[in-house]
Amino acid sequence: MIHWRDLMQPHRIVLMLLFAALVLWCAISLRWDWIPQYAPLALEGLWRTVWILVVTTVLGFMLAIPLGLAQAVGPWYLSIPARTFCTVIRGTPLLLQIWLLYYGLGSLFPQIPWIRSSELWPYLRQAWPYAVLALTLSYAGYEGEVMRGAFASVNKGQLEAASAFGMPRLTRFRRIWLPQAIRNVLPTLGGETILQLKATPLVATITVVEIYAVSSRVRSDTFIVYEPLLLLAIFYMSIAGLITLAFRQIEKRVPR
Amino acid sequence: MDAILETLGLAQSAELLAFSPPGWGGNLLRGLANSMKIASGAFGMGLLIGLFGAYGKLYGGVVVRDLLAIYTTVIRAVPELVLILILYYVGTDLLNKASLAMGYGRVEISGVVAGIWVLGIVQGAYATEVLRGAIQAVPAGQIEAARAFGMPPLTLMRRVTIPAMMSFAVPGLANLWLIATKDTALLAIVGFSELTLETRQAASSTRAYFTFFLAAGALYLIVTLLSGVVFGRVEKWARRGQPSLREGGR
Repeated sequence: MIHWRDLMQPHRIVLMLLFAALVLWCAISLRWDWIPQYAPLALEGLWRTVWILVVTTVLGFMLAIPLGLAQAVGPWYLSIPARTFCTVIRGTPLLLQIWLLYYGLGSLFPQIPWIRSSELWPYLRQAWPYAVLALTLSYAGYEGEVMRGAFASVNKGQLEAASAFGMPRLTRFRRIWLPQAIRNVLPTLGGETILQLKATPLVATITVVEIYAVSSRVRSDTFIVYEPLLLLAIFYMSIAGLITLAFRQIEKRVPR
Repeated sequence: MDAILETLGLAQSAELLAFSPPGWGGNLLRGLANSMKIASGAFGMGLLIGLFGAYGKLYGGVVVRDLLAIYTTVIRAVPELVLILILYYVGTDLLNKASLAMGYGRVEISGVVAGIWVLGIVQGAYATEVLRGAIQAVPAGQIEAARAFGMPPLTLMRRVTIPAMMSFAVPGLANLWLIATKDTALLAIVGFSELTLETRQAASSTRAYFTFFLAAGALYLIVTLLSGVVFGRVEKWARRGQPSLREGGR
């Protein structure tokens, strides 16, 4: 954590004063009168960003576990598809994947009659299912690679000991293999979650209204360029800071 | 060839992807060339910033170190898309103000230059961290020995630090290059005609979304896989003379 004594060095005090002056200058000389009008929309957008981030990381991680397992110990007919999936996801830009799913699948579905008449259709006509799907697959692809290393790094002796005591395979996985694998990659997961946060504004390109889309709307409505972007950057930095703090707390709790 | 395509039902796709004007293959390749130009320029600029940034972080004064810490933290916490917009507007604004002050009119910045400037600054933050770690991994005695013999700082950097840190830096730099190639896709949102935007234009004017997005994905994938091979070679070259990790390890 931050130590106050570290902050109280002369050059840091000067830097902080300069920074405070910069903030003050921004507050006074830039235009902020648009905030009250757009605040409700911005809150909604912020909520949607966080919601998409949480849902896609959780779902993506759940997908990453079988992907990692298949690559680490699976037979060839599972490991080759898993590896191909991870390579393709990691080798192409996320923006392209999002557009492929939204425009590609989105233009395919209306041509199939039974999908049009199914109960899912009202959802499939909206943009967010495609956004969630694309971000989930992307996170799963990156994390699958991480989990492969994590599963392979768990001490084999412990797994052998567990099976020597006659522990069933699923219990062995749940009690010994998975917890240690996750513990080993916790620092990496924190970094990857921040990368996922930084990927969320891409879904604004397929008309999902999250915080980035709100800022673009302010920009195009009022022709104010810097202020919404600065505020947006501050929002993202605070979310990233919160993620870092959360992962630090989790890491502290986990026994080494 | 035609018969095979016909039986696979791909004849239409092949027609759409043809290189000559009714097909869009030429546009896609032009987009790819633009993407590669921006990616390599940004990667080079990032390396330059990263080298000086790493030196500043390791050997600089307290103020330099704090400022660099702010630079790398902010760049790595804010989405590239937002940074691209901010840097793009700031860059064009500053340039216009400078050219107006000097008595010239407004200037138009070419997409490639703007892309390199924007992505280069983003890459610089990541490269700073990669190179700092690599320089720290070089045994301190080697650098001290060169200093003790009175080697000037620039010669020291060229002759000792850079060659010695190469083997530690290459894996991280390979990763950065891949990020650079994929980040060029983000420039599509600000309207540079690189591969992703060309693809989208082709797809929306022919309605063959799957064909074009899959083709572009294949192009990106080819670039990624080829870069993997090239960087593997570079790493082997950078490691020459060092004991192999496989034999010495665990």
